Amino acid sequence: MSNPILELRDVVVNVNQNTAEQIMILKHLNLTINDGDFITVLGSNGAGKSTLFNAIGGNLPIDSGDILLHGKPVGHESEEQRTRFLSRVFQDPKLGTAPRMTVAENLLLAEKRGQRRGLVPRHLKQAMPHFKEITSTMNNGLEQRLNTPTGNLSGGQRQALSFLMATLKRPDILLLDEHTAALDPKTSQQLMRTTNERITDQHLTCLMITHHLDDALTYGNRLIVVNDGQITFDVSGDAKKALTQDKLLEFFNDFEG
Amino acid sequence: MIGLGVSAVGQGLLWATLGLGLFLTFRILDFPDMTVEGTFPMGAAACVAAINQGVDPLLASLLAFGVGMLCGLATGLLYTKGKIPILLAGILVMTAAYSINLRIMGRANLTLLNKPTLLKLPFLKSMPMYFDSVTLGMIIIVVLTLLLVYFLQTDLGQAFIATGDNEKMARSLGIRTDNMKIMGLMVSNGIIGLGGALVAQNDGYADVSMGIGVIVIALASIIIGEVVFGELTLNQRLIAVTLGSILYRFVLLLVLKLGFSTNDLKLLSSVVLALCMMLPVFQRLFNIKKVIKRGVTAHE
Repeated sequence: MSNPILELRDVVVNVNQNTAEQIMILKHLNLTINDGDFITVLGSNGAGKSTLFNAIGGNLPIDSGDILLHGKPVGHESEEQRTRFLSRVFQDPKLGTAPRMTVAENLLLAEKRGQRRGLVPRHLKQAMPHFKEITSTMNNGLEQRLNTPTGNLSGGQRQALSFLMATLKRPDILLLDEHTAALDPKTSQQLMRTTNERITDQHLTCLMITHHLDDALTYGNRLIVVNDGQITFDVSGDAKKALTQDKLLEFFNDFEG
Repeated sequence: MIGLGVSAVGQGLLWATLGLGLFLTFRILDFPDMTVEGTFPMGAAACVAAINQGVDPLLASLLAFGVGMLCGLATGLLYTKGKIPILLAGILVMTAAYSINLRIMGRANLTLLNKPTLLKLPFLKSMPMYFDSVTLGMIIIVVLTLLLVYFLQTDLGQAFIATGDNEKMARSLGIRTDNMKIMGLMVSNGIIGLGGALVAQNDGYADVSMGIGVIVIALASIIIGEVVFGELTLNQRLIAVTLGSILYRFVLLLVLKLGFSTNDLKLLSSVVLALCMMLPVFQRLFNIKKVIKRGVTAHE
């Protein structure tokens, strides 16, 4: 289990580079993500959680330090190149799916994440039975709407589809960026449960940003807190199980009080 | 009168190439590409100049496709790598194309008088007047539409559609969206260059100013098709573009019959397109009036 998949070593990310307002967002951050880790990520607004995800995902260039995948540096790779090992679900349901394309077409796109796409027929019909099967595991009627443009789906269905698309082709690292935050409480909980099931069943390695302390405690085997551009708290296993909301709040207050 | 109708169909089919080309950028990639105003006359110029040099008309038409692709490549590179806004990138290439077109032709106007063209191929030559352009246009449009339908259903085509639909998602799935945009601009402008070659062969000459306003004509065929036929699948929409192009020719015919001169055509084209594009606004206004009316009656 303690086989590192992704390592961040001494990672620095600045914004407004070479201007008077240059600010360091990630301050020599170190993090080792092990195979099978389901890490919940906490931190106040502006602490650097999203920047951490963007640095891992390649949306933001890192200014120093390195990112290693299975020991090999990937910090120089583009966002598109990194999709061969990484997938992501965004907070905004609009960002994760192509609105004018149908559910099945979106799934087909996701199935080839990070692969070459050539002038070969897409074979949508052949994929339909498989798509029907996997969408029905989301328990929200998505399997009935395979031929519906995703723009016509509810936010909950769209986000469930985004999650499904991110895990359809198994990623080495899955990044969930508050993927249930834009949904109503009931839908949000339902998606959180299916998320947990799928991650556990498929033994996925995942980082999940959340603002719900109870979600952060309930799910995952490890919990980290990002504060002021560094990881200031990191518990896993039994220590995480023993953690309570009160203790966590105490910790937060110590830091920000 | 029937002759004029047949001529309109022929014109509509030949000009439909522009609509199909522009559809790729305007509707799928979702941005307006001004390059076409330079690509269209460049396709015409390259084709007519080549035929005058003794090149086979079919080869000369393919050459027009090639120079069109180069224009698209230029715009694509300025837009994606040079980070110039697409509208300006298109205008830059369109403006540059004007000088290049004069270079290609050596003057402002080049005729095809007594030269071979696709319309003088043996099997077309024997047809009654205007039926040659209908037949040629039909062949080109059917082939082009089938190729586009096939392309859009491939893995690459789907990645291309996704780029226009949700770029952020496309990138997060590993689609190289810059390359998709460049490819789209190249294919689109290639088709429009071919359109220029066909129109020039049909008209019998190429003129350096023949590009002015062609984007309006191309948009008109797309929008008229959409307004007339409403909700359609992607494949049906491609066919609607051609039908829209033919309908547009009939609108022009009608307008000329009403007594307007050909000098007024560009003004009228813009008015027709503007009206079509404002249709949703008119419908909303109309609905609001109904709602107000209903509101009033409910309180009575």
